Amino acid sequence: MSITAIIRIALRSLLRNKTRTFLTMLGIIIGVAAVITMLAIGQGAKKIIDDQISSMGTNVLTISSNWGSNRSTARSEAGTGTLLKIEDVSAIREQVQGVRYASAVVRSWGQLKYGSQNWRTQVMGVDVDYFYIRDYQTEAGTIFNSNQVRSGMKVAVIGKTVATNLFGDEDPIDKVIRVRNVPVKVVGVLKSKGQNVMGNDQDDIIIAPYTMVLTRFMGDRRPMMMINVSAESKDMIPNVQQDIINLLQQRHRDATSEDFWVRSQTDIAETSESVSNTLTILLASIAGISLLVGGIGIMNIMLVSVTERIKEIGIRMAVGARKRDVLLQFIIEAISISLLGGIIGIVLGYIAANVVGHTQNWTVSVNGWSVVLAVGFSCAIGIFFGWYPAKKAANLNLIDALRYE
Amino acid sequence: MADILVKIEHLTKVYTMGDVEVHALRGVDLDIKAGEFIAIMGASGSGKTTLMNLIGCLDKPTAGSYVLDGINVHDIPEQELAHLRNQKIGYVFQSFYLLPRTTAYENVELPLLYRTKLTHHERKELALKAMRNVSIEDRAHHFPNQLSGGQQQRVAIARAIVNEPVILLADEPTGNLDSRTSVEVMAVFQELHRRGITIILVTHENEISQYAQRIISFRDGRIRSDIVNPKPRSAAEDLMALPPLDEE
Ligand SMILES: Nc1ncnc2c1ncn2[C@@H]1O[C@H](COP(=O)(O)OP(=O)(O)O)[C@@H](O)[C@H]1O
Ligand SMILES: [Mg+2]
Repeated sequence: MSITAIIRIALRSLLRNKTRTFLTMLGIIIGVAAVITMLAIGQGAKKIIDDQISSMGTNVLTISSNWGSNRSTARSEAGTGTLLKIEDVSAIREQVQGVRYASAVVRSWGQLKYGSQNWRTQVMGVDVDYFYIRDYQTEAGTIFNSNQVRSGMKVAVIGKTVATNLFGDEDPIDKVIRVRNVPVKVVGVLKSKGQNVMGNDQDDIIIAPYTMVLTRFMGDRRPMMMINVSAESKDMIPNVQQDIINLLQQRHRDATSEDFWVRSQTDIAETSESVSNTLTILLASIAGISLLVGGIGIMNIMLVSVTERIKEIGIRMAVGARKRDVLLQFIIEAISISLLGGIIGIVLGYIAANVVGHTQNWTVSVNGWSVVLAVGFSCAIGIFFGWYPAKKAANLNLIDALRYE
Repeated sequence: MADILVKIEHLTKVYTMGDVEVHALRGVDLDIKAGEFIAIMGASGSGKTTLMNLIGCLDKPTAGSYVLDGINVHDIPEQELAHLRNQKIGYVFQSFYLLPRTTAYENVELPLLYRTKLTHHERKELALKAMRNVSIEDRAHHFPNQLSGGQQQRVAIARAIVNEPVILLADEPTGNLDSRTSVEVMAVFQELHRRGITIILVTHENEISQYAQRIISFRDGRIRSDIVNPKPRSAAEDLMALPPLDEE
């Protein structure tokens, strides 16, 4: 007897009792829909975090003085400033292998003024490389160039939030604003980056050449300087990290490795990734449990159905069905139920995920492998939970089955 | 002898239910030639159904031998028994045993589904032919609960003959039918027999047994008498003698 004939027999008996078939399917439909939705939500959350992390730039390393160490505390008390020097930047850029960009970063705050408008924001003093490290793009004008940095020109690039608050609808390019009363020409407006992982507005910023920031805003005080570096590739980050520490120790003979922080962006990424993975696993296991319950539902109804159909099984055997044929028929019935239920579940899950995504303004992503997983899982459930009832059906004694009332 | 279709020797069947042993058959010897039409008579509990189940390969005997169409049924495994049931035997039950919520056509087609290498077209051809042979083809798409008892039994007979078996077994096929419908069904059996099918039919009604050529009587699991019916009645003639019915 051919498998297509058994499939036909199985499908016929499923169609013969549509209500029972549907009720059996319901558990699987709900289970699979839950898995798809939960995974999509988990993936969506992960994507948001990933996007935010990559908005920080790629393969970024941040070098700063370790404020906790005794030596640097002593230094700052003595007014000698941080351990890091401007010269360290070019040393890192030139001597450490695998460094693509390096920039000094000095931070300050300042009151900005344009006409009657006032705005207080973060003032960043950086080199040109900084824009590449952090992947900043301009939406109007340009970034400043290295000549302007070298000569400490009073130019700046402003973030979207600053532009809106100072200029409204007016075009900021080539306008002169006052930063702590120093006239500064706006050469560019940055493309919006939105909020960062911490929820801070990344567009509330003004970026100027570090040379200018140091001389105009920091005065005699030695600056709190950081260095941002981007490595050529992700794989190189650990080496670059180690080489920078070695180089800095070499250059500052009085410092120990504890006096520097070299943190990579992957450190941050790994932390948040593990958080979102935990979230996905949690959601998936909740959904998995409902899938399991659906499977047990199949077994339950299949068992009832075997009892209900003992006479039918007797009749089939009397006209020539082998044990194997009966076994296969019931297993195929179970698989068809769970497979069809799985497909309906995928469609429903897809819809649900998109509804959630829409209302929460998330990009939920139903990806291929979660669909494959759901289909595979529902097939497995069909075989697993269909086996026992099918075995029971196949092992019925013909005469007893025929005489069963 | 090539003509012997069923050869039964010292067949016994004992049912054990807990401590109780029921001797349903106590040593039956029986030869059936191809083309015979046999009626088996006997009181209730005398072992008729038990014998039919053994001949139909639905059950296995406790002792004795049974050879069907040259095949010793003792020696073959369950798989091939299923094949025998499918290919060589047609079985008609007292209470029809049609699959519920399944059309007459699909019921008749059922044994063909368990037969390899038939196309959809071939199955349809065979099933419709069997239905035509018992004049039930016009009810092909009815469900069993939409058919009268006589019609259901015709569907069951069509299912039994669809694989062109060497032997047709019928266990009290008229037991659930009124007398007129019984005669109709007997006319169907006689027509099938005329076309060459070997038939064994169990009945406890004397009138029904008169349609067979050979009448075997059972008592307490043994054959009591085995006689040739010198002049079998014709069901078709009896039917014409009956007053006509208004309904179809
Ligand atoms: N499956 C069974 N289990 C136990 N006893 C049975 C079974 N089938 C039949 N019997 C017994 O065997 C005897 C013969 O039964 P059966 O062949 O059905 O007789 P008949 O068909 O002539 O009425 C009866 O006493 C019956 O109770
Ligand atoms: Mg009986």
